[in-house]
Amino acid sequence: MSEFTPDIRAFCCHYTSQQACADGPDTLKSTGFPETVSLARTPCTGKLQVSTLLQAFEQGADAVYVVGCPEGKCHNLKGSQRAAKRVGAVRQALVELGVEGERVAMYHLERGFHPEFVAAAREMEERVKKLGPSPLKGVEK
Amino acid sequence: MIVAERKPLAELLDMIGDYQRILLLGCRGCVTVCSAGGEREVEILASLLRMGRQKQKKAVEIVEGTLVRQCDREYIGDIDLWEGQYDAIVSMACGVGVNFIANLRPTATVFPGVNTSFFGGSADQGIWTEQCAGCGNCILHLTGGLCPVARCAKSLMNGPCGGSVGGRCEIHPDVACIWQAIHDRLERLDHKEQMLQVAPIRDWSTAGHGGPRKVVRDDLTI
Repeated sequence: MSEFTPDIRAFCCHYTSQQACADGPDTLKSTGFPETVSLARTPCTGKLQVSTLLQAFEQGADAVYVVGCPEGKCHNLKGSQRAAKRVGAVRQALVELGVEGERVAMYHLERGFHPEFVAAAREMEERVKKLGPSPLKGVEK
Repeated sequence: MIVAERKPLAELLDMIGDYQRILLLGCRGCVTVCSAGGEREVEILASLLRMGRQKQKKAVEIVEGTLVRQCDREYIGDIDLWEGQYDAIVSMACGVGVNFIANLRPTATVFPGVNTSFFGGSADQGIWTEQCAGCGNCILHLTGGLCPVARCAKSLMNGPCGGSVGGRCEIHPDVACIWQAIHDRLERLDHKEQMLQVAPIRDWSTAGHGGPRKVVRDDLTI
């Protein structure tokens, strides 16, 4: 049986992902950033809606995570705190659907390309490999 | 505004049963303001219903729409925009909207998407509290603007009961004793003698105990 290759979507704010995006996929790969994670950059995670994260699951994601600024140090003051609340709402919705809430997560990281940025991606990959494919796969809007 | 909350997903999935084409209908009135049934919540619930049905291995097509108001026959007419595209409607408006669709679309199947909770206001971001019971006989001029009908657990009319302790209600420490608040407020306004007025036995017929209520404004009818 072939190993499961997860589809992980990361939504990152401009500040936490700027350097990672600027360095390009080759640099990302060389740091150990998993290829199973696709990055979507947004001006501020506070702009992310619950529906955007749910739609990622509908489109086939096995896990979704959000990377925003540290609490109290958000470029837009409370953007990352709002994002964390919305991630909580998605987690609750997943549980209502009978799906593991751990498939969605929020990370608060410092600006720039840090080892923690890679560690967050690897943590999600490891978690999803244990959980297996999302039972919601196959719903296309 | 009328405050509502989305029904649990399991209840909604059970409600729509095997219907394959659902018109999920939001309302831009109160339920948009209290984030229960506006355009954004329609988008979220549509996503959840699709995924819920996917887990049940049952196909579903969700048509999303939002009316200006579902409590007005003028706007209910806009449902015709989706004519032939749905087998059942899930209304995310308050109960008034669901009733209006049922009144005006006799052959349409309509389900409620939210639980209509109360008349209230936004006390803080994301927090709504009940302020009015819609009893049809307002006595706020006697109580410093604070309503004992809606905000006293027993709807008492002549001061607090014996369960009022330290300004809190006996039903829960989070609930203020509204009669304590009325007393404090009337004292501040130098009208605490109003507390001594004995309220007569209340006529509840205006509160719905006399059957469904109706307001007719002759100057507005044609």
